[in-house]
Amino acid sequence: MSATAFHLEARQLSAYYGANHAVRNVSLGIPRHAVTAIIGPSGCGKSTFLRCLNRLHELTMLGSATGQVLLDGEDVYAPGVDPVQLRRRIGMVFQHANPFPTMTIFGNVAAGLRVGPRRSRAEVEAAVERALKGAALWDEVHDRLGASPLALSGGQQQRLCIARAIAPEPEVLLLDEPTSALDPVATQAIEELVQRLKERFTVVIVTHNMQQAARVSDHTAFFYMGDLIETNVTRTIFTNPSQERTEAYVTGRFG
Amino acid sequence: MTINRRRLMSRIMTSVVIASAALAVLPLIAILVDLILRGASSIDLAFFVENPVAAGQSGGGVANAIVGTLIVVGVAGSIGLPVGIGAGVYLAEYGRGRLGFIVRFVADVLNGTPSIVIGIFVWTWMVRPMGHFSALAGGVALAVLMLPMVARTTEEMVRLVPNSLREAALALGYPRWRTTMVVMVRSAWPGILTGGLVAVARVAGETAPLLFTALGNLNFRVNLMQPMQTLSLQIYVYATGPFEEWHRLAWGAALVLMGMVLVLGITARLVTRKRFTA
Repeated sequence: MSATAFHLEARQLSAYYGANHAVRNVSLGIPRHAVTAIIGPSGCGKSTFLRCLNRLHELTMLGSATGQVLLDGEDVYAPGVDPVQLRRRIGMVFQHANPFPTMTIFGNVAAGLRVGPRRSRAEVEAAVERALKGAALWDEVHDRLGASPLALSGGQQQRLCIARAIAPEPEVLLLDEPTSALDPVATQAIEELVQRLKERFTVVIVTHNMQQAARVSDHTAFFYMGDLIETNVTRTIFTNPSQERTEAYVTGRFG
Repeated sequence: MTINRRRLMSRIMTSVVIASAALAVLPLIAILVDLILRGASSIDLAFFVENPVAAGQSGGGVANAIVGTLIVVGVAGSIGLPVGIGAGVYLAEYGRGRLGFIVRFVADVLNGTPSIVIGIFVWTWMVRPMGHFSALAGGVALAVLMLPMVARTTEEMVRLVPNSLREAALALGYPRWRTTMVVMVRSAWPGILTGGLVAVARVAGETAPLLFTALGNLNFRVNLMQPMQTLSLQIYVYATGPFEEWHRLAWGAALVLMGMVLVLGITARLVTRKRFTA
């Protein structure tokens, strides 16, 4: 398998907070149009790893990264790469729903369309509708697009954030524990959504919920203390892991 | 026994804090009541539309001072608000390094500088080189006075915006300056506006920085390059003057000035409240 078979690939990626080595020499390939889950106990570096993929980590105080992240074979950490442009190709959804409170529902979804290539009003409206349908939120909000996003429930707000992330049609979608603040019903809605999103996007989801990883992902990577311990197709990770620590974690013996 | 002692202690402390709260609002109420009792009788239509008459004569109004206050404070606001807000945004979003530390320190020192010193400063650097007193110099003096207040409240307000909103914008591919403007400043805007209005209200009542800058004027003037009357200057001159009629006008002017400041303060409150109900 050649390197470019992966849509996104980390090579010898390390991330730091000051002197603290939070992600250690991780090499991990993310297959195209599939869901890759990153699991591991709290503080294992899984979120930090995710935030290195769209170069968001380097904006946190004292945050820095070394190594390579290849997007379609091109290193996003190469000199001359504009991280702002990169982030338009890699969408991200965060742990806590963070809609812009000063904007309407429509404005939130359109927010990512206001940067980058100029779009006509009709194009924006069409993209917003497509994104809201893609995030399975259209039926619930189509008659109140001018309302405040704060009027929505937590689960709806998170789907709004997904709509906002997919509206500019990125290639990759990063989900950072998107359901950890949601109730089971809202969680199920998002999980079903993730299954559909992989038809259009390459999805990477960080979760500390192993059942969720088992339900939604095609590939799973297990992180522990900043190291990538093991990665494989999800079924293998959960039924026949090759590393003892992976087995201990997925069977619930620690973490 | 102990229960009763605790109850007693609780009652005493509750009374103490209630008394403190009452004592804190007492001056404002006393000032308002006094101003209305002594000033309201002077206030009629002529008070607002007529200019002062010659010393010793009765009648006349403070139209020139009301318009002058609006102009001088307007000049101060149009300089002090944009510069102060800009500085505050810089401090909140970019001012983590040494320059930020210096700007913050200077702002704090400036905040504690006596306003009369700012008046002398502007006299030295504007009035003397220009050769005459002017409304513009008065506005600049008030703007300097406003700057640190506006900058520091703006900084506080922008800092209160959750970091998750900044990350949301950055992750969408917003350049940093657009993230600052579209997300951070816009989210903090009601608070910034409130801080700005409070600062405007605060300098509207200043007298000392205007003594050597706007100077005062017995005539109605709208030219920024000439000396201009303001309510605070008028009160200062009339209240210290020898005529009974002047004292009457000073009380009226004080009531008008207090009313203007109150309206600004209440507006500032309403702006903030809107933020939480919207």
